[in-house]
Amino acid sequence: MKLLFDLVSRLGQPVTNTLIKLGFAARFQLAILRHSATALLRPQLTLREIWFAGVLSVLIIVVSGLFVGMVLALQGYDTLQRFGAASSLGILVALSLVRELGPVVAGLLFASRAGSAITAEIGLMKATEQLAAMEMMAVNPIARVVAPKFWGGVISMPLLAAMFSAMGIFGGYLIGVQLLGLDEGSFWSQMQGAVDFRLDVMNGVIKSLFFGFAVSLIAVFEGYDAPPTAEGISTATTRTVVTSALVILALDFILTAFMFRGV
Amino acid sequence: MKRGMIDFWVGLFVLAGMAALMFLALKVSSQGNLPTGSTYSLTADFENIGGLKVRAPVKSAGVVVGRVSQISLDPQRYVAKVTLDVDSRYQFSRDSSAEILTSGLLGEQYIGITSGAEEKTLKAGDTFKITSSAIVLEQLISRFLFSQADKEKEKQE
Repeated sequence: MKLLFDLVSRLGQPVTNTLIKLGFAARFQLAILRHSATALLRPQLTLREIWFAGVLSVLIIVVSGLFVGMVLALQGYDTLQRFGAASSLGILVALSLVRELGPVVAGLLFASRAGSAITAEIGLMKATEQLAAMEMMAVNPIARVVAPKFWGGVISMPLLAAMFSAMGIFGGYLIGVQLLGLDEGSFWSQMQGAVDFRLDVMNGVIKSLFFGFAVSLIAVFEGYDAPPTAEGISTATTRTVVTSALVILALDFILTAFMFRGV
Repeated sequence: MKRGMIDFWVGLFVLAGMAALMFLALKVSSQGNLPTGSTYSLTADFENIGGLKVRAPVKSAGVVVGRVSQISLDPQRYVAKVTLDVDSRYQFSRDSSAEILTSGLLGEQYIGITSGAEEKTLKAGDTFKITSSAIVLEQLISRFLFSQADKEKEKQE
């Protein structure tokens, strides 16, 4: 009887733990939004976070975008050319980058480059009791530390995704036109004919906004929730990257199902 | 990092992001939908629309003049009812014909409008009197094969 009780409660424990954590995350999000006004009234704080999350991620985003676009062009050319459709390479590269790869890969890179840094910073501030010290001085740590980091991430993410897509298309152009010798005019004009601004580009931007929200919330939450030990911070950082990746991919599926169904 | 430098780099970052978006908007994509308000809708009934899709272009003499906005089946007559949004700069005479064409052998399908001679023009909500359906490749091939078989039979007799 005792054994059965233990087994069932062992099953229940992770469920209640997850629910408690989800509830905490939701209340945390509300707290961030409530204190956003005070945080945004001092734009210097948010600007500093855009610098950390956005500007310092530009290099990795631009280089990865370029390489992803070049690989897409090489692989796409190989396949399309079998059907005599090599001139549609521009469409293939642009659509796959703008709709999917731009927001998703930029989101994954952003989570591992900026998200993990945010988690580690907040976690360490908590472990060294800087957050508690702020509260002692009647400074709200959510308004002073968490909200600027959150908004910095939300603002940076769509810009980074747009840069990723643009660089990828430029990489595709380098390979397709300069290396493989496709006609430059038909490369761009076919791309323009097939890519719709509202349907493809704007939906990609909306996707990256969603990812920015998700990754920023996960990063600040994991940092704030981390046990104040060296090990706690390291697991929290890992969890930020893993959870962000899963959430980005799942969200991407849901958003794609809503945006591109039946078109 | 000094505060002024952070401002500068963040500004540069936002500019670069905006430039990337402008590049995507102007060089990569096109405004597929004509601005609303400057279009009027016409309908055309087809016996078979083949692979025509919503948002397919409507062309006249090869120039894109509109888009397909809606496709539905008329439940009484069992014909496809296609609604077209046509740029209001272009007017077509009432005896114009609409046909479903294919760009290239396997390309996308679009609607081609050939203008007639009548002076009165089609108004919003009007229907094309003359239409011709999409050519379905399978039907064409089977018709060809049957006609060949008939010829063979005649020869033998």
